[in-house]
Amino acid sequence: MITVLNPGIYSTIQDFGRPGFANIGVPISGVMDSYSAKIGNQLLNNNREDAVVEITFGGCKFMFKKDMKICITGANFNMKIDDKETQMYSVLEVKKGSVLSFGKKVVGIRTYLCVQGGFLSEVVLTSKSYYNGITVNDILKKGDQLKMDTYNSLNVQTFSKIKIDKSHFKTNEIECDKGPEFELLSEEQQKALTNNLFTISNDNNRVGYRLVELFKNQLTPILTSGVLPGTVQLTPSGKLIILMRDCQVTGGYPRILQLTESGINSLAQKSTNDKLQFRIN
Amino acid sequence: MPNYNLTYKPFGGNAILIEWPSEINESILYDIIAFKNKIENEINLQDIIVGYNSLVLVSSFKIERIHDTISSLKELYNQPSKTKIHKTTHWEIPVCYDQQFGIDLEEISQKKSITKDKIIQIHSSTIYTVYFIGFLPGFLYLGGLDEQIVMPRKSTPRLRVPKGAVAIGGSQTGIYPNESSGGWNIIGNSPISFFDAQKVSPCFAKTGDKVSFKSVSYDEYKMIKEKVNSNVYQLKTIL
Repeated sequence: MITVLNPGIYSTIQDFGRPGFANIGVPISGVMDSYSAKIGNQLLNNNREDAVVEITFGGCKFMFKKDMKICITGANFNMKIDDKETQMYSVLEVKKGSVLSFGKKVVGIRTYLCVQGGFLSEVVLTSKSYYNGITVNDILKKGDQLKMDTYNSLNVQTFSKIKIDKSHFKTNEIECDKGPEFELLSEEQQKALTNNLFTISNDNNRVGYRLVELFKNQLTPILTSGVLPGTVQLTPSGKLIILMRDCQVTGGYPRILQLTESGINSLAQKSTNDKLQFRIN
Repeated sequence: MPNYNLTYKPFGGNAILIEWPSEINESILYDIIAFKNKIENEINLQDIIVGYNSLVLVSSFKIERIHDTISSLKELYNQPSKTKIHKTTHWEIPVCYDQQFGIDLEEISQKKSITKDKIIQIHSSTIYTVYFIGFLPGFLYLGGLDEQIVMPRKSTPRLRVPKGAVAIGGSQTGIYPNESSGGWNIIGNSPISFFDAQKVSPCFAKTGDKVSFKSVSYDEYKMIKEKVNSNVYQLKTIL
């Protein structure tokens, strides 16, 4: 078991979401940065889909109530275990009673705490991912006791070392495809969309990221239609909204770009005032 | 069954968007449902998202040779339907239009110059069609609102619309399945649960179903709500 001594600003349990329920309006959810979360599970030799704790902006403190194997991936917040600096992206054997704490941000914003066996949590509509109105819990709270599943991975392959793609955190480039309404933009607008640098506004979270710059357009709203995590919507007033993992299943704004999985993962490590540039495949 | 001129577009690497003419009407809806049923029988997909004039087919992995898939979808559309006719249900939803719930009735009444009773009478005597479910888990997009009570969305959305609020947004009407922010004009409240994640079928309604509203008093509202809370309420269907 792990006790949450301090839940930080926004921490949740996430697996890889609840696909298959769009017909009743249920968001997919799941880890924002699947690249980092997957590496944690791989290093621990967990099942690919095991649940992890997603920590946004650090600030957390966890106490381990027994000896266990953990792995920390994603954003670096100078984490320490009992005042000793920890290594990320490696399997750590922590002792009963030791405390993991988060310090100052080094790079990224979302950290993944992975444990051998994966976290146990209520399964609703096939997923453990927290979502207000679907799971009973929507955020980690002080005093929460996090349980882990018994380790029974069928995965025999072991990864002693995984090469981390540094550009995942450093790059401004967000990989995407043209969205269904991209061709409705003028040639000039299409160029501007990829040539300009955009700034992330303070309105950014698991549902979506709004950008600061207004992108002038004459596109009219569309009849409400399906949207996906990674869809870039353009409002009539020129706001660009990048939908993320907790987004609704339908929307009425033109969908001018569609981020790739890797684009979503890179963006998930960015926050307010960070710059980005769309790079169309 | 009419045959529409459909457009097919890749929507990222994992999805395909199929579009019908940009209109809201029931013959398009039934054509969408018929095609959706054919696709479900032929292809294993993660999700099929229904919109007013569209389907988004979502695969859990990258669709290789997406244009080949599109070609086979075009063929499939023109094949006769093998599946049985889509079974739909007509649900009767109790709504309490009492002052304490219908906080925007007065404003609509003034702007539209019709009495509150007339608004309620019109709203509760129309048969609506469920086009799809979106926005929030269990939020039904209902078509068929009478023109006399069409009312534009509020310019500033409310931060908190209560669970069960029955509201009008432009030419649409709907019920908020859970508390949320929202810009629609609130005219009543339904004691029914539209989304319960703990149930085997979390939402009773589906695309293509019919819905009508039955006006109930506050006392009836409270009784129904108690039954709903103790899981013994049986929602009425109309044959």
